[in-house]
Amino acid sequence: MEIKKPAVAGTMESSDCQVTVEPGNGSVEFSLDSAVAHQFGNQIRKVTFETLKNLGVDNVKISIVDKGALDCTIKARIEGAVFRSVGQDKNLPWGGAIR
Amino acid sequence: MTENPNKKRLRRSMMFLNAQKPSLIKDPYIYKIDSLMLDLEDAVAVTAKDTARFSLYHALKTIDYRGAERVVRINGLDTDLWEEDIRCSVAGGADVIRIPKTENADMVRAVEEKVVQAEEEFNREPGSTLIMAALESAKGVMNAYEVCMASDRMIGIALSGGDYTKDLQTKITGTGVELMGARQHMIIAARAAGVQCFDTVWTNLDDMEGFRKDVQTIHDMGFDGKSCINPRQIDIVHKIFTPTQKEIIFSEKVIREIDDKKAKGIGVFTVDGKMIDIAFYDGAKRNIMLAKAAGVYKGDL
Repeated sequence: MEIKKPAVAGTMESSDCQVTVEPGNGSVEFSLDSAVAHQFGNQIRKVTFETLKNLGVDNVKISIVDKGALDCTIKARIEGAVFRSVGQDKNLPWGGAIR
Repeated sequence: MTENPNKKRLRRSMMFLNAQKPSLIKDPYIYKIDSLMLDLEDAVAVTAKDTARFSLYHALKTIDYRGAERVVRINGLDTDLWEEDIRCSVAGGADVIRIPKTENADMVRAVEEKVVQAEEEFNREPGSTLIMAALESAKGVMNAYEVCMASDRMIGIALSGGDYTKDLQTKITGTGVELMGARQHMIIAARAAGVQCFDTVWTNLDDMEGFRKDVQTIHDMGFDGKSCINPRQIDIVHKIFTPTQKEIIFSEKVIREIDDKKAKGIGVFTVDGKMIDIAFYDGAKRNIMLAKAAGVYKGDL
């Protein structure tokens, strides 16, 4: 999937995270702001790259502000931002690219 | 399609949770609720309808709700959201789809058709997704019986008091007088159709005694359960919907005596000074079933 325009998903509430995606410069640029980055930064990074790979996104600037989100929430917010970016909210690939 | 074994499971409490809020959907099983209702409808802002589905899908797929039933309330059939809501819910493995603002059997059948398609698309077992209908208008309440009978997947109907009283041109008074007719009509319709019946929420969290009385009323009317909006309400509901030890012991005696007397050709007799005949049998059986489901039955019936 090609990130065509900037998009945001998620909130700054506890247990949530806010994900912003923008068109990239040929690769995945990842940035993270989290109070628990020293403990969970690697895990959040791993979940992010896996989710983007499943979605077929390899050219994106992605930044995450984490408020203690579980892996399933991080995935959901990344998918939310990516599908907003491409303007798709019907016939989504549940169980396929979304997994 | 064989009948889904969960169709008549215990549903004393059904708690509403906003599917868009990760803090709410990550661990609600700690309250030992019978059913969780993950909401895509009114609790989710119009601007978050799309992203709420991703949260819902992953919650259904990854969070272990420890036996709590997972109901999803989809958006209304008057929106362009409900069909994708159904694909998402069925793909995630939701146990029940709750239809809001149900007014007739056609609406149930429209949802059923999409559920059947989604079960096929996502390789779910045919019939594994059940359906329930919320009645939120005078028309919906009037058509309760046809709604109950509209699908083999139907587990039951639920009253939505806020919208219903608006339609009646009154309001929630706290006395229950404005809900009397709907409640009575719905429980009769549900029983006639052989499905369950659930009551509306109680929104005044400062009046717990009013809540307790409300739950006792609907329990005595025959309802199967109460919708909850706060964890503090759950224990009260479960206590009222769980038979007391006295009731359990009496029910045991009734069942044993009826079985025994039937073999001896006796139809009517007394247990603890009360006249008993076959008419008491099903009620006693149901008490034991409820006690078993609530984990308070220690006997061998």
